Amino acid sequence: MTAIERLPLRVRAAMLLRTFAIQGVWNYETMLGNGIAFSLEPALRLLPGGKGGEAYREAMARHSGYFNAHPYLASVAVGALARAELDGTPVDLIERFRVAAPGPLGSVGDRLIWAGWLPLCSALGLLAFGLGASPAGVLLIFLGTFNAFHVGLRIWGLHAGWAHGLRVAQALANPVLRQGPAHLARATALLAGIALPVAAQGIIGPGRALLGTVLGVVAAGATAITLLHGKFEGWRLATIALALFILYSVVR
Amino acid sequence: MTTPELLDLLPLIVLGAVLGLDVVSFPQAMISRPIVAATAAGALIGQPGRGLAMGVALEFFALESLPFGASRYPEWGSAAVIGGTLFAQSPDGTAAAMTTSAFFALVSASVGGSSMILLRRWNAFWVRRQQTRIARGSGSAVMTLQLGGLSSDLLRGGVITAAGLILLTPLHEAVLGTLTMTPTVSRAFVVSIASAVGLAAVWKVVRLTPGARWFLLAGLAVGFLIAGEMP
Repeated sequence: MTAIERLPLRVRAAMLLRTFAIQGVWNYETMLGNGIAFSLEPALRLLPGGKGGEAYREAMARHSGYFNAHPYLASVAVGALARAELDGTPVDLIERFRVAAPGPLGSVGDRLIWAGWLPLCSALGLLAFGLGASPAGVLLIFLGTFNAFHVGLRIWGLHAGWAHGLRVAQALANPVLRQGPAHLARATALLAGIALPVAAQGIIGPGRALLGTVLGVVAAGATAITLLHGKFEGWRLATIALALFILYSVVR
Repeated sequence: MTTPELLDLLPLIVLGAVLGLDVVSFPQAMISRPIVAATAAGALIGQPGRGLAMGVALEFFALESLPFGASRYPEWGSAAVIGGTLFAQSPDGTAAAMTTSAFFALVSASVGGSSMILLRRWNAFWVRRQQTRIARGSGSAVMTLQLGGLSSDLLRGGVITAAGLILLTPLHEAVLGTLTMTPTVSRAFVVSIASAVGLAAVWKVVRLTPGARWFLLAGLAVGFLIAGEMP
């Protein structure tokens, strides 16, 4: 098979766009398996025999099975698998990669995005609101910051996957992915610490008559939720507290 | 509810559908986060500022439920549209509007979360139905499944938003008529509860990182100083 050194731009663009819908048919059995095949499909058309050919059909069947990863970093797997298929890599190596890749791609993505970048950007939006930014300004800050990294990560992932093929674990040793989560956690802690009181004050509005009570409830509530961690979710407790408060206000 | 009233709700239902889709299926650009969704709903009815206030309150709650892997979490996209709409529809100064709007948004988020679980089972059912074609490497089967999943999720978000707005708007108005708490008390109560959930969530996320707890304490000190200087 003649190896393809560089994917045509339209193929890369189609694959990138499709990765945004990689969880379109997410389910508890194949997870995002169908999405992997969906995102790979434009590249698989370049296999000998083209769309519908034997190589294409075999590859589509292979990649529609179970696969799980962080949705943003799944683009790394998509790039790597495209390279492997178009290079004619033996099937057993491809299958081994499909088994090994989900763990690292899931854990790195979860720590970097869900536990790092998203709370950081959320705190940034809350702080902007507390400091008096307009609604459009708050949305621009939150969405602009979050998606600059989000889209960049998907593009980088696809590129790194294609560049390294099945040896893409080297790309996951990137300092941003290895040390980024710890730095992000510290930045999130600092920014969220600043944002919470400022945004809370922004919602309550002028006057501090209730500030002492608010601080007391926040301290007691946060401690209780932390102690109950794993047993009860805070937002469920909050729903019950709000219901009781409304009920009390009605009957008093 | 009359037909013109339903037509008035249509833009909000479409918004809820699109934002519900963003939560998992497409494009996960976080336009479904409450701070965005409630603001957008408020903007659609001419009150972006009130939508944003509701969105900020709900964002505190949403900090706790980050979409890790296959975990179950509330669906904030359509719920924040419902909460933002209910709060933005209440005239400024309405007693207890924030408390009741936040409560109904949390209930909607819970229902939305359950609907996502049903959708995932539905998707699994369709994947099983297409298994023979998929095993033969059919590109059209993969494409059909993907489009079907996306469409189902879009529909799910729209149905949740429509049901929430149609059922909860009159209920919200009825409850508001019986409440006497002042807007300040209402906001303070929601903020207290929401901040407690948000603070505990941040602690949960950062506690295992060396030094992060000191950053959080330092941040809180700076935040209280800034808040103390605010008018």
